[in-house]
Amino acid sequence: MPPDHRIDDYVDPYTPEHRHGGPLRVGLGGPVGSGKTALAAALCRTLGAEYDLAVVTNDIYTTEDADFLRRNAVLPDDRIEAVQTGCCPHTAIRDDITANLDAVELLESRHPGLELVFVESGGDNLTASFSYGLVDVQVFVVDVAGGDKVPRKGGPGVTASDLLVVNKTDLAPLVGADLGVMRRDSAAVRGDKPTLLISLREDPAATEVAEWVREQVRARALQTAP
Amino acid sequence: MTAALLTLADSRLPAGGHTHSGGVEQAIAAGVLADPGSLAVFLRRRLTTSGAVAAGLAAAACRAVDDADPVAALGALDAEADARTPSPALRAASRQQGRGLVRVGSRAWPHPAWAALPTQPHHPLALGIAAATGGLTPRDAAHAAAYLSISGPATAAQRLLAMDPITVAAVTARLAPEVDEVADASAGALPAATDPLLDLLAEVHAARADRFFAS
Repeated sequence: MPPDHRIDDYVDPYTPEHRHGGPLRVGLGGPVGSGKTALAAALCRTLGAEYDLAVVTNDIYTTEDADFLRRNAVLPDDRIEAVQTGCCPHTAIRDDITANLDAVELLESRHPGLELVFVESGGDNLTASFSYGLVDVQVFVVDVAGGDKVPRKGGPGVTASDLLVVNKTDLAPLVGADLGVMRRDSAAVRGDKPTLLISLREDPAATEVAEWVREQVRARALQTAP
Repeated sequence: MTAALLTLADSRLPAGGHTHSGGVEQAIAAGVLADPGSLAVFLRRRLTTSGAVAAGLAAAACRAVDDADPVAALGALDAEADARTPSPALRAASRQQGRGLVRVGSRAWPHPAWAALPTQPHHPLALGIAAATGGLTPRDAAHAAAYLSISGPATAAQRLLAMDPITVAAVTARLAPEVDEVADASAGALPAATDPLLDLLAEVHAARADRFFAS
């Protein structure tokens, strides 16, 4: 800062989080194989007719997830953006969100009426979470097959996400996972924040998660109403 | 030298640099970069070509803040950067990183000079403005540009080849005198050094679907 300038003469650099203009940005994070892309596809199918929406994918490698969404004809190509994460998927959603912000802004400029953007992280580990500089709310997806100890192990995704989704409940009997334990442990580490136990195989519309997303859109509309 | 320069050169500054390998990802795929020795050769090659060009442009952009017409001066420098960057993929990568640096730099050091930049400026131009608004000199801007021309690629090599990070740090550290030399020699000029290998690697890389890095 040059000596003749005072920082207060300009904008407030300490912009509060949760104050993005434009569409609601929903982060979808979680370990590899837990069903993030399948959930994104399900939400696009269920909510695509209600909202003007788009998706940003953060594959660890290649454009696998973006291609999956295209193949399933969930969204037109111009509503899907894939970003490269330089071998560091967690960095791209938390520590240096530049590439993701660029992708969100590109989608916003291409679709001025955009109401909802899903930012799907590359599969990572239990310590990965989204910066609130990038998203307004975040969903963390784990699965039953990863073991019923996962909620107890905690980590920022499990404890602090705005919604915890435990996917693949249909596999519980096959892998010897106790859904009651997962539900109880989640409640213990998450306080009042919601947890949903779902099976995308049994409910390909992701009905409950979609309803949660609708609530978030409504809540934000109230917050930002003039 | 002030702490502002350390901030600018810090790889943790969230300006998007971590998603760019500076040609390293494709150099590894092409077999020209495989170990610490070839990493040092690659980094030196980058430093003396694109690093020198970036250093000259960053210093000039830093000076442009005091120009009678900064918009015109920076517009001309942006064209000079294009002229020195024949590869469309490298131009895009530079502008992408420029945009990222404007986003964080203009929040860190608010100043009317940011508005004088073209939209999505080349990275060295944004670096020059960041230096000027952070209270740094054109020479500081050149040093940041020269250092960044090797620090990001070195990290990319470390990640992609799972090299010993201490070895990579040593390779980078030992290049410091050459970084200073390139920065000092470029700060008062606009070098036009090019490297066809880097251009070619960038173009081949941009056409790949299976890549970790944006460039």
